[in-house]
Amino acid sequence: MSVFKKLIASAAVATAMFAGPALAQDNVRIALVVKALGIGFFEAAAEGAKEAAAELGNVEIIYTGPTDTTAEGQIEVINALIAQKVDAIAVSANDTDALVPALQRAMQRGITVISWDSGVAPEGRQLHLNPSSNPLIGNMIIKLAADHLPDGGDVAVLSATTTSTNQNIWIDEMTKVMGNYPGINLVSTVYGDDLADKSYREATGLMQSFPDLDAIIAPTSVGIVAAAQAVVDAGKVGEVNVTGLGLPSEMAGAIASGASQSFAIWNPIDLGYSATMLAYELSQNGAEATPGAEIPMGRLGSLTLNDNNEGAMADPFVYDASNIDQFKSIF
Amino acid sequence: MTDAPAPSRHIPDRLNSRLARLLRSWEVLLLAVAVAIFVVNCFASPYFLNAWNLSDATFNFTEKAMIAFAMALLIIAGEIDLSVASIIALASTAMGLAVQYGAGTAELVGISLAVGLMCGAFNAVFVTVLGLPSIVVTIGTMSLFRGISYIILGDDAFRGYPASFAWFGQGYIVWVITVEMLFFVVFAVIYGVVLHRTNFGRAVYAIGNNPTSALFSGIRVQRVKFILFLLTGVMSGFAALCLTSRLGSTRPSIASGMELEVVTMVVLGGVNILGGSGSIPGVVIAAFVMGLVTFGLGLLNVPGIVMSVFIGLLLIGVIALPRLWAMLAKGSAI
Repeated sequence: MSVFKKLIASAAVATAMFAGPALAQDNVRIALVVKALGIGFFEAAAEGAKEAAAELGNVEIIYTGPTDTTAEGQIEVINALIAQKVDAIAVSANDTDALVPALQRAMQRGITVISWDSGVAPEGRQLHLNPSSNPLIGNMIIKLAADHLPDGGDVAVLSATTTSTNQNIWIDEMTKVMGNYPGINLVSTVYGDDLADKSYREATGLMQSFPDLDAIIAPTSVGIVAAAQAVVDAGKVGEVNVTGLGLPSEMAGAIASGASQSFAIWNPIDLGYSATMLAYELSQNGAEATPGAEIPMGRLGSLTLNDNNEGAMADPFVYDASNIDQFKSIF
Repeated sequence: MTDAPAPSRHIPDRLNSRLARLLRSWEVLLLAVAVAIFVVNCFASPYFLNAWNLSDATFNFTEKAMIAFAMALLIIAGEIDLSVASIIALASTAMGLAVQYGAGTAELVGISLAVGLMCGAFNAVFVTVLGLPSIVVTIGTMSLFRGISYIILGDDAFRGYPASFAWFGQGYIVWVITVEMLFFVVFAVIYGVVLHRTNFGRAVYAIGNNPTSALFSGIRVQRVKFILFLLTGVMSGFAALCLTSRLGSTRPSIASGMELEVVTMVVLGGVNILGGSGSIPGVVIAAFVMGLVTFGLGLLNVPGIVMSVFIGLLLIGVIALPRLWAMLAKGSAI
């Protein structure tokens, strides 16, 4: 027995060391609950949350989540947070609906609840923070191409499938704002079906059909990598700029080779930062999450809520040679 | 227990007394561990000793424990069922599908138990009729049952369960006693009586110790095993009912990885993984130990990855300790 008690006692000491500051009561405690621990994207969000905490001063961040992406695991975590009476919970949910009963109980006990990245049904949270919005994305992808074509030029879109909802909406939003970018002509839209080899063939085909093509816009992480490879293989680096939406880890090579000048995707650091700021505003500064409300979120301006109490954080974040090294190891 | 030094040169004039046997039993050791964990938790976190918090904490183990009772009998009989978590997924998916066609709470209960029973029967046929090893069969059905859920649901989820259905997973009997807690106690009593007070229970032990001699003693070995697989299936169906009711929605990833937690609970409860021995009180205490450890660590915001390290250490520690103790008591063994 004594051996075991020692084991348990040392375990308790070890855990108390992990959680030492958690017992300091005067801090505002904001819990950042993620889909699962050990994912680069969420680790980066936690960095952003800590940045916000440092800026606010009296905030302690509890970064937590289950070991695998299950709703049951997140409920266990949320129950433990309710028991500790944290001030706010900001969650990226594994399940839109399954977390609702647990989060409703949290709200009944006076805890501020918001969702970010991956949302919770409206009855289970006070507001939801989207990383961006469809109009902002549509505008960004054409802006990325236009920024490198001061004298105008021909651009083509390499999308996913003809029925991909997200891509179709973004391309639609893009065509709405084409008038703001005079001299830029959209010559064709092709579909790589989010398959690397088909996307590669379609990109190669575009360069053959339109020898004067200046840019390929691929609003899909599969297509953008394949298109960059096609440009390199065709020896057209410097003539055709590949841009759109991609992941820094997959696009680092294309940035290095020059096949892509820049591309965009959400910035997880900003996301964790603004989720923390919003949770603090609701919990401590009496901000109300109601449709139409504008809630400040530090260096990222303010969040305007729509009828579902959802808001879009910002334009997708632009990655280029200046910052790709910092982010390529994150996600 | 610690201050009873083992006399090195002492020939007992009679076998251990009832009390001494009880004190040396696995259940008492485990109970002491549970109490120790409880006390440590009380000191480690100011939030631990609160009736509502402890009530919330019971959800960490009630559903798993329901399956663990049936699994304990199965493991004592020398078999295992690794498909239980996948049975939950399939039963939950079937309920979700039924809700889309307007099924009420009563129908959902029937569907869940029926799916559990059918899955159990499926496993049982392969093990008892075709004579295949249960670990192989149930590793196969583990993928099969959950695979069907993925085919039906894909990336989607079923929701819209009737309001009265929430009673199973979110209801309270009185004050902080949850409905799941009540079912946990009821099943603990039923399985305890079946294993320790009936002929069926004796047959389970006999089969686990020596299936051949059990057969020659007139025990219908295959039939008993068949029934045990059915029980495990039905209990998984019941756990699916509680879990789905608690979550209010069904995704194909529901309860993933739970089969290992159930087996951990059973083994921690003192059931011999090779069959032949174990008890229901042991499993009950093991359920509390696991629930208290995960909740206590959760209150200290220990990341889940570290938490699984603790559960692993706990399992190895509690299993290795009596062996070490016995070796030290003998003195010469090492």
